[in-house]
Amino acid sequence: MEDREFGFGMSEEQSSMKDTVAKLIKSMVTGNPAHDMDEDRKLSREIIDKVWELGATVSMVPEEYGGYGMEYSPIMNTIFLEELSAGDMALAIAATLPSTFIYTILQMGTEEQKKKYVPLYCDPTYKVCTVAVNEPRFGFDAVSLETKAVKNGGKYILNGKKCFVPMAKDSGHLLVAANADGKMELFIVEGNNPGLKIGEREKNLGMYALESYPLALENCEVSADDRVGGDKGCDFNRFLQKTRIAMSAIGTGVSRASYEYAREYAKERVQFGEPIASRQAIAFMIAEMAYEVDAMRLMTWKAASALEAGRDAKKESYLAKLYAGEMTMKITDYGVQILGGHGYIRENPVERYYRNGRGIAILEGLAMV
Amino acid sequence: MINLEMTQKMIDVKSGMNNMATSMLRPIARHYDENEHQYPQELDMFRSIKIMSRPKKKKEGEEAKPEKAGSKKLGANLSMVIIIEEMCWGDLGLLLSLPNAGLGNAAIVAVATDEQMERFGDKWASMAITEPGSGSDSGSITAKATLEGDEWVLNGEKIFVTCAERAEVAVIWATVDRSAGKAGIKSFLVEKGRPGFKLEKLEHKLGVRASDTGTYVLDDCRIPKDNILGSAEIKSATEGFKGAMKTFDNTRPLVASMALGVTRAALDLTREKIEESGIKLDYEKNPNNVSAMEKEFYMMEANLEAMRLLTWRAAWMMDNGEANSLEASMAKAKSGRYGTLIAQKCCELLGPLGFSCENLAEKWMRDVKITDIFEGTGQIQHLIVARGVLGYSSKQLK
Repeated sequence: MEDREFGFGMSEEQSSMKDTVAKLIKSMVTGNPAHDMDEDRKLSREIIDKVWELGATVSMVPEEYGGYGMEYSPIMNTIFLEELSAGDMALAIAATLPSTFIYTILQMGTEEQKKKYVPLYCDPTYKVCTVAVNEPRFGFDAVSLETKAVKNGGKYILNGKKCFVPMAKDSGHLLVAANADGKMELFIVEGNNPGLKIGEREKNLGMYALESYPLALENCEVSADDRVGGDKGCDFNRFLQKTRIAMSAIGTGVSRASYEYAREYAKERVQFGEPIASRQAIAFMIAEMAYEVDAMRLMTWKAASALEAGRDAKKESYLAKLYAGEMTMKITDYGVQILGGHGYIRENPVERYYRNGRGIAILEGLAMV
Repeated sequence: MINLEMTQKMIDVKSGMNNMATSMLRPIARHYDENEHQYPQELDMFRSIKIMSRPKKKKEGEEAKPEKAGSKKLGANLSMVIIIEEMCWGDLGLLLSLPNAGLGNAAIVAVATDEQMERFGDKWASMAITEPGSGSDSGSITAKATLEGDEWVLNGEKIFVTCAERAEVAVIWATVDRSAGKAGIKSFLVEKGRPGFKLEKLEHKLGVRASDTGTYVLDDCRIPKDNILGSAEIKSATEGFKGAMKTFDNTRPLVASMALGVTRAALDLTREKIEESGIKLDYEKNPNNVSAMEKEFYMMEANLEAMRLLTWRAAWMMDNGEANSLEASMAKAKSGRYGTLIAQKCCELLGPLGFSCENLAEKWMRDVKITDIFEGTGQIQHLIVARGVLGYSSKQLK
């Protein structure tokens, strides 16, 4: 493969995407809808539609499957996710949810699967489909799932429990991750499959606005044709790599939001006759937040660069997510701390960033680059 | 276009330097740690290599051309941070002992006139800024330079000078007018052996013992008028001082890459021992489902990567002619601190192997600590970063 130039600078296309999303987010933040959506426990469908209309996902899908045929770029996707998450993490996950479904099938599915499923969701209108990876148990690990898929003739029988499945109730299809005889696989399950029991909407620490559900798979029958990748199955490691990079991009966005809010607050908040930012105790926290946000972003870009070069990104994506998980918690904690008592009050967004940020290290498979 | 995949050229530079570090630096690292201040003869072969040099003869008033963005050529600064990381993976003390590659050489290369280049360009130059009463606050130095006829007369004491003994010429910072504050601070080229110039003593240090750190005393030391670096004029503003400080935008990523090299050496040994014990580091399992040792290791590796990317970004910006003062300090703040923490942790994970001088880990823990101190302590770096992102002056954030 030809050597690409090494560099940290955004291309025109990349910075214009960043600006477009930033502008959209800014226009939506007026009146603080992220706060209101969180309090109302409901995302604005209008805002989701607006984000989807930007066409970030659809544009990278080949024309034959209903997209615009632009080059697929994981780096571009990290930029998109960071900007959205700097606005609202719940929104970022909901608005890009179909991407995980679409990209997975596009890149790992059989020709039939691509033709059948991608055009359904690769549409100018947002149509929801979702992913079920996480399981409600101590010691959960995406590389050794407890949900089982057992082959029975031309079918797979799925049994197990899932949690944190975003928007499961409205989803036309779900990608369900399961353990098929020791190898992790993904299955395309119809929303109305009788073996799929969707529970009561969950209450979680963060992302109040994002509807999420527990699932019980009770002898859920799936045609063998709906195993992603058909007979040879899917590259689950690659699936995880792409979702891990996405989670680090989201962590970067949430952390950045907390950092920027705390920084501006510290310049305005006057105590002992001067802005608290002019005290080293606060200023040094702000400095640390600044370079850690950058470090998270660079690690995300580095892992995405490996994917973009067609290389395996196992190590890079693992380290990026580990780092983002730890640092998002640290930075969003600093954000609350700098605001002090005001940071504890839900009127200020830093408490929301802190709650949402906990998800980065914990959750898997919620978004994809 | 963002692309953080190393190019073949970068990989070649890295592996070439790594071979050199493995074969030449590692084998003698312990010896020169134990024989403090002894000159490493083995490094003489580097004397002919121009590490600090000017890419092109700079004409009066002409800025050095930045690397063209979009060219596939490996930029000088990016190349340098890669080289330094590898050499410090070999040994930091020895890197600091490289002939003709002192900080003074960097200053000469940056601001000397052609005529000065001719006279001093081939000489090993140390840099003397710090004084007993002036550390981080380098604007408060008291060493004095007075013009008498055709000569400058220097008086004062300079401490913590790297390559103090081995350098042939010293770049001495002194004030020509204390009342002018920072604007009065200039730097002067003083050849060793001038009457009134004395190497007072060499320090015994925690680490980087191969490097000869020492004290200079200047007692009515006379040098020619032409030995001033840059302009003698005292500007109302502090441009001269700021210019000198700008050298650090260049060198801070280099110090950060020193931390990278030492830290990686410690991590490599730790990895080797972890794997020898039968644990496979596979970057796969939920980090909470692996042993504490493995999780610590992964986190340290992630931090190393963060240090490296911040450092490479600062160097890359410099190559592209972008202002990088903020990013250079970010790189050093992160790398100095986390390098120190990681080297400590590696010793802990290595157990008795990490406390014994049979291995180099204990040495790396001592060595890397300097990177959070010299060329601006971690605290000074945080101050610079904070001022940068808050938009504060040094008066608004002290």
